[in-house]
Amino acid sequence: MSYLIGENITGGYGGMDILNDLTISVDKGEIAVIVGPNGAGKSTAMKALLGMLDLRKGKVLLGGKDITNLTPQARVGEGIAFVPQTQNVFTSMTVQENLEMGAFLRCDDITETMEQIYELFPILKTKRKQAAGELSGGQRQQVAVGRAMMTQPSVLMLDEPTAGVSPIVMDELFDRIIEVRNTGVAVLMVEQNARQALEIADRGYVLVTGSNRFTDTGAALLADPEVRKSFLGG
Amino acid sequence: MPESMEILNALTLFANFVLVPGLAYGSQLALGALGVTLVFGILRFANFAHGDLMAFGTMVTILVTWWLQSMGVSISPLPTALLALPIGILVTAIFSILVDRSVFRFYRIKKSAPVILTIASIGVMFMMNAIVRFVIGPNDQQFYDGDKFLLGAREFKKMTGLDEGLSIRYTQVLTLAVTILVVIALFWFLQRSRTGKAMRAFSDNENLALLSGINPDRVVLITWIIAAALATTAGVLYGMDKSFKPFTYFQLLLPIFAAAIVGGIGHPVGAVVGGYVVAFSEVMVTYAYKKVFIYIFPENWQPDGLAQLLSTDYKFAVSFIILVVVLLIRPTGLFKGKVI
Repeated sequence: MSYLIGENITGGYGGMDILNDLTISVDKGEIAVIVGPNGAGKSTAMKALLGMLDLRKGKVLLGGKDITNLTPQARVGEGIAFVPQTQNVFTSMTVQENLEMGAFLRCDDITETMEQIYELFPILKTKRKQAAGELSGGQRQQVAVGRAMMTQPSVLMLDEPTAGVSPIVMDELFDRIIEVRNTGVAVLMVEQNARQALEIADRGYVLVTGSNRFTDTGAALLADPEVRKSFLGG
Repeated sequence: MPESMEILNALTLFANFVLVPGLAYGSQLALGALGVTLVFGILRFANFAHGDLMAFGTMVTILVTWWLQSMGVSISPLPTALLALPIGILVTAIFSILVDRSVFRFYRIKKSAPVILTIASIGVMFMMNAIVRFVIGPNDQQFYDGDKFLLGAREFKKMTGLDEGLSIRYTQVLTLAVTILVVIALFWFLQRSRTGKAMRAFSDNENLALLSGINPDRVVLITWIIAAALATTAGVLYGMDKSFKPFTYFQLLLPIFAAAIVGGIGHPVGAVVGGYVVAFSEVMVTYAYKKVFIYIFPENWQPDGLAQLLSTDYKFAVSFIILVVVLLIRPTGLFKGKVI
């Protein structure tokens, strides 16, 4: 059984159901990627796992424990970290303060974790006294991921981490995300750049109108002619 | 050298009637504007009840001062009100938390638009206004019992041999000293302490703050405590320097908001700078420069009138003009605060 599972989820933001009987799971040391056309409910699926959605059916399990009824804040306490797509840094605060805020729930010494994050994102160390709002798009995303990593989470959720960054920065971010996975974290991300994302994915979910259409390893999905034709542009 | 004497006399006049009063008044406005800006930055609404919160805090402090005086407690040459101030702050903090619980929290949970909270704050303003008038009455109250002058005009003249005197009152020095201490303490708290950083994070990006595990109720609670402390301190300093009259405190709302907006609302440094900008504009525009001009200009250059740009009756127009000009030309204020 996988570490984080959203099982047979049905629900929406109060009105119509956006997700229909959707199942998504990710295990520790794995990257799972959710792709699909616009309006397929990719980000909504992630928000369902985070508890920002009213679920009518289905449940969310974390390490075998039912967390369906926990608030998003409580899930953060349980070890799920989330990087929103936009407004994901404290722009008026320095890089270091952003990281400190990420570790707000922790009462122990955070200097070691901070060093690890500076090792992962060396550019942040040189800019640590600078306001996060003054950084470039790619550097901001690194701050955002770094902030989320400060809780030492077991699950890291990323909502379109490469939105609006250049292809070179995207490759670099993906490299960093692979490094995060290699430390044993379960990584779940929603991606617009489906092809590149599936290349690094251990698991891929292709969503259409809020339901599972294809589920396989990233490589298998990339090789599937039907997936290629419909979702990856040939 | 009679020439330089003339200039020194002019400077003394200017310092006595513009610089020293402006610094004191500016400090009082700065403390008030800090409270407004903090509430705006963190609770995200313009709190129109802040002027009357100042009046409430000052009223409590005055009542405690009177009680202390009747018990024969005195810390002369310092005013007894300084001893009563912590109790005033405490009572005002509890009071503003109760108001938040009973009024503002309802709208916060409903996620009402900021303008609705602002209108609710106008209701709170009238309520506080009424409470203050019920308890202490609408009249002027003098409660300063410390020494009056640190430097008297006559002493100054004797010391320097100048024709003009410079007087510095204890209340002015006290105002400046307390303001400097409070501002340093507040900035240290916001920049260095864990709770202060959490408050800044909450003001910067509420959703991300919640995702980071920052407890919103605690942030709101501490914001009200600090706002109440700033309001009470500002009100007591103003009351010692001038006098306490509930209606005057209500009127202070305008220059305080002007100060917060000039500096960039939501920006603490901006609030302090804005306080002095508004105070000096007001004092400089309403001062009659005739005597200063007599010292520095040759006889045939003398103005016929008082050389006063605006009668003191119109001093509130200054805040209004500053407010309108800033909102038209640079709505974010000097320090890039939020756009209202």
